[in-house]
Amino acid sequence: MSDATIKTQPIEVRFRGGGFAPKAQRWVGLAVFVVLIAIMEIGTRTGWISALTLPKPSDVLATFKELWDSGLLFKHLLPSLSRLAVGAAIGASVGICVGVMIGLFSYVRAGLVPLVAAIFPIPKIALLPLFVIWFGIDEASKYALIAFGTFTPTVVATYGAVDNVDRSLIRMGQSFGLSWFSIVRKIVLPGAMPGILSGLRISLAIAIILLVAAEMLGAEYGIGAYILEAGSLYDLERLFAGVVILSLLGVILSTVIGFIERRLLGWRE
Amino acid sequence: MDIRLDAISHSYGGTEVLRDISLDIPTGKIVCFVGPSGCGKSTLLRLIGGLERPTKGRVLQLGTPPKGCLNPLTYVFQDFALLPWRTVHGNISLVLEDHGIKGAAADAIIADVLARTKLTDFSNALPRQLSGGMKQRVAIARALAVKPAVMLMDEPLSALDSQTRELLMDDLVALWTRQPFTAAYVTHNLAEAVRLGHRIAVLSRRPGEIHEVVEIDMPLEERSHGNPELEQIQKHLWDMMRDEARAADEELLNV
Repeated sequence: MSDATIKTQPIEVRFRGGGFAPKAQRWVGLAVFVVLIAIMEIGTRTGWISALTLPKPSDVLATFKELWDSGLLFKHLLPSLSRLAVGAAIGASVGICVGVMIGLFSYVRAGLVPLVAAIFPIPKIALLPLFVIWFGIDEASKYALIAFGTFTPTVVATYGAVDNVDRSLIRMGQSFGLSWFSIVRKIVLPGAMPGILSGLRISLAIAIILLVAAEMLGAEYGIGAYILEAGSLYDLERLFAGVVILSLLGVILSTVIGFIERRLLGWRE
Repeated sequence: MDIRLDAISHSYGGTEVLRDISLDIPTGKIVCFVGPSGCGKSTLLRLIGGLERPTKGRVLQLGTPPKGCLNPLTYVFQDFALLPWRTVHGNISLVLEDHGIKGAAADAIIADVLARTKLTDFSNALPRQLSGGMKQRVAIARALAVKPAVMLMDEPLSALDSQTRELLMDDLVALWTRQPFTAAYVTHNLAEAVRLGHRIAVLSRRPGEIHEVVEIDMPLEERSHGNPELEQIQKHLWDMMRDEARAADEELLNV
């Protein structure tokens, strides 16, 4: 053994501690989009992808411009945005309240957790006819559908987040004689905020999906109605223009939450 | 204000953790509780501060807390228990807000306790920016802000490295010398106990009973690292505890 070690050259210890530490890479996400769209454009122009399979991205852009010029874009976008805002605001705020209550009170937890578990897997779209009967064909049924769809994931994320608040901080609050309300407002809620916000990301994506579903069933204007109309005419350019709007909406919402996270959760890092 | 422990026993489920503890914590003195792991010393502290109810016996306050005292029984925790989303200033103002102390009055108190714990320059720092020793000083400053009648210290130095621990012990001695406070101080570190304790209660292994109460008359400021008289006492304490600690260690394996 010792003879062998004298003879052999020293070997540098192999580095094996890399990875598992994602860093922010700003432009990669954009590059993926650009490359994908470029492939689509080149493919459709050269005929390698047939016009029936995919529309030309430049045509989609032209359709988008048409939408903008005719003013139809805002005619479709504004009702959609207001439905999304009202529905998601109701669903998320009620969801956060109920989630906090489940996190704090044993009886609420015992009573509501099984109920939420029962509601969660129901495809909310299936309930749209029911909502139409309850709330009418107008806006109210769309608000209700979106609110209901955002409610369940928000509840689950919120009570999980409340459960995860450091108990020793709560005990500290009690030992300093803080009131129950103060403990909830100053210790439980800020402590649960990271979990609530990441739950909100999922809830808002679900809200967009349900928005389109609701608009497909009964709306004159709205992104969903626009997509449905384009789809039934097999007008792929308009279909894609609508889908792109939805994707942009998702990206914008996710960015807004990211911004809120940076503002509210700067203490983490 | 004195604290009297009157024949306290406590069990969790069927497991008896404390048996018949009677002891006085007199005003202006630091009483240390030492004992092997699992002897219920931290439980005892939670009972004293009212975070748990004893199964038998009572914790009594003798006399009224001094004027201006906001929270008579105040803890200093081993894990600091600072809110990570509040600055040093915010963590201290947290415990004043509920007493209606805000604005300039709160700022005056906070400035005073930060000066006493040598943290004045770190008022706007977040806990994650502070070292362990500084975090514990913030927790001590927060405890001082409510002008406690009795400080309940649960292994306050155990999460710190030994150098920081020495420094913080000096800080505690300086704080006490300037303005004597009453404290129940739980630790498993005998060096801390002989350095800070006016009275040291040695607990046996579970169920914890008071084995012996050792009084040390030497003034805190005269006690130094490596003082032969203190070493003597520390050795005496260790002799008393060694067999208990070993037995407790082996007992835990069988749980």
